[in-house]
Amino acid sequence: MDKEHLNMRSLDVGKLAALNNYISDLSDPEGSLINILHRAQDLFGYIPINLQLHIARKLKIGAAKVNGVVSFYSYFTQEKTGRHVVSVCMGTACYVKGAEKVLHAMLDELGATKGKATDDGQFTIRDVRCVGACGLAPVVTVGEKVYDNVTVDDVKRILDEYRGEKRGH
Amino acid sequence: MVHITINDIPLEVPKGTTILEAADKIGVHIPTLCHLDLHDFGVVNKVASCRVCVVEDKARQNLVPACAEQVYDGMTVVTDSVKALNARRGNVELLLSNHPFECLTCRKNLRCELQTIAQELNIREVSVEGERKSYPLDLSSAAIVNDPEKCIMCRRCETMCNEVQTVGVLSAINRGFGVSVAPAFNLDMVDTSCTYCGQCVAVCPTAALTEMSYLHKTWRALANPNRHVVAQVAPAVRVAIGEMFGMEPGTISTGKIVTALKRLGFDAVFDTNFAADLTIIEEATELVHRIQHGGRLPMLTSCCPAWVKFIEDQFPDLLDIPSSCKSPQVMLGAIAKSYYLDTLDILPRRLKVVSIMPCVAKKAEAARPELSKESLLNVDYVLTTRELGDMLREAGIDLSKLEDTEFDSILGESTGAAAIFGTTGGVIEAAARTAYEMLTGKELERIEFEQLRGLEGIREAVVPIGDLDLKIGIAHGLGNARKLLEQIQRGESDYHAIEIMACPGGCIGGGGQPFHHGDESIILKRQQAIYEIDRNMPRRKSHENEMVMKLYNDFLGEPYGEKAHEFLHTVYTKGERI
Repeated sequence: MDKEHLNMRSLDVGKLAALNNYISDLSDPEGSLINILHRAQDLFGYIPINLQLHIARKLKIGAAKVNGVVSFYSYFTQEKTGRHVVSVCMGTACYVKGAEKVLHAMLDELGATKGKATDDGQFTIRDVRCVGACGLAPVVTVGEKVYDNVTVDDVKRILDEYRGEKRGH
Repeated sequence: MVHITINDIPLEVPKGTTILEAADKIGVHIPTLCHLDLHDFGVVNKVASCRVCVVEDKARQNLVPACAEQVYDGMTVVTDSVKALNARRGNVELLLSNHPFECLTCRKNLRCELQTIAQELNIREVSVEGERKSYPLDLSSAAIVNDPEKCIMCRRCETMCNEVQTVGVLSAINRGFGVSVAPAFNLDMVDTSCTYCGQCVAVCPTAALTEMSYLHKTWRALANPNRHVVAQVAPAVRVAIGEMFGMEPGTISTGKIVTALKRLGFDAVFDTNFAADLTIIEEATELVHRIQHGGRLPMLTSCCPAWVKFIEDQFPDLLDIPSSCKSPQVMLGAIAKSYYLDTLDILPRRLKVVSIMPCVAKKAEAARPELSKESLLNVDYVLTTRELGDMLREAGIDLSKLEDTEFDSILGESTGAAAIFGTTGGVIEAAARTAYEMLTGKELERIEFEQLRGLEGIREAVVPIGDLDLKIGIAHGLGNARKLLEQIQRGESDYHAIEIMACPGGCIGGGGQPFHHGDESIILKRQQAIYEIDRNMPRRKSHENEMVMKLYNDFLGEPYGEKAHEFLHTVYTKGERI
């Protein structure tokens, strides 16, 4: 591992300040690691390793513990994400109803690799464990929006909704 | 009290007892693997992750882990039913299915707890097959080797590293089949704030965590006629190595070790205890100097290299408090490579110093660049107690059958004060014996400071020295050390001196000692032996070591003086916590 990746200068100062404020308002920061990580991911879109190290030092705990938690929960990602994060639920119900085919159709449609941002930085397609909406299986979420009963045929339509925004912002 | 039956045997045990503890009372052995309980040292790993100790709870018709499950009134436990035995066997087979079968060449061959369990359970084949995890070896540090392929995820090392030592370098990284115990971000060990205390090595049931071996280099040096090779033996080695040769824990084998090292071909055998006395002269002088000249207090002992690395990385703002004294092993190396070298007619690089240490961190210490002179290290190779035992076996030397030999003069002379360096409380007691006489000019009558002894994680005592009430703190285990350091950071510490040893119990429980396999009585017996050596010494105060005084007269000059600083003192480097 290249230690240069641990250099904290590359972290966005404004986002870091927001995270630090969030942490300093907590009554039990060390016991709130998961919440802090959620906040960090909301702010930065992902939790790079220098950010993990920053959090560890802020909480005065080992970086291994932070990295252990981040790498355990599938919700957290250490890779830079695209502007739109598409999560395909691979929980049991979604899986048996064809989520894997949907996932592959998503990847094929964008020529993407699972978990990695697309070259244009617009999308990250990832699989997640059960999102708790088994009645709607197979479920796909894009950002906060939930799509139910998704089939391979829906894939292009869903992605197009976001492709349109490409030049918008 | 709670009434239960185990294998139809009724018994009564206190509430809160685990099935494992209850079964032990009636002589029923339940095999365990991940479980570890060193109660007196505050070390308990009870994660129940391996499921090797499963037994049947009749009422629930279910299997429960005996190590973690507490008994309840009316409980009926069966430990040896077909259901329990099959489950246990199945769980071990699953562990074996993902384990390299290289036992014959494994570093832990015949010392591996997984191997022992497989043997105890009469496992003759592994009925499950599957993909096997594959990870590179971490050979980056001078002290510890991490081989995650041999890890069985028992989490003992994590408990040690995080909860007991609070170093926080090792954690389970990733999830499911891809999980491994490693430093954050899969960094190499050498790039982390690992202190190399070696307690992970001491408790690892397999060869996932072992010490970096210097056996081969030592053999080569001994075989080279152009090398003059000297050994030094640390205080805690002599009360532990006998365990590897069938001797009772706590057997004192000082003279036998000297004989054995001579037989191996060492040209001279010195005693780290000589340098421990030397350390006390320097450290006590430094303490008196700090007290009399308004210097930084408290002063912390600096004999333990794991502890030094800990303060460098985790409390870089406090680097003015440890004593600047090098550790005894490095002092002896420095004196061997100067004063002793002068008595030989050889090139400096031909003299090799090999240390026998109860410690893994001493390996990393010896490799520190500042502990060298003209690019020659003060100490060349460090072997653990275990490695010396291995070396003797290889050479066909049965330690238990050897006669005694004396250490070589003059670096072999020592007092009882040096002997107790091997246990928690010992360094500060030795320092107190000398500081008392330095400060008062009177002879110390009661030599044993009972109030400094014991096994509490943090102890404190007030030693009246003339007009001064010397307030002393003692911590063993780095988690306890952290508490004292945080006190200092907050400005709440009123100690004059603090002794810190990284390992639970001090060096007697060091990461390089013969494996205790969770039996803490072994560590306690080593401690008793340390105090016995002290009691039986004709001289028990470091400043009464005539050969140390001769060294000052012949070579070093004044204690804590200019030349003493050149050879016996060091500097610390600010680090970062990763």
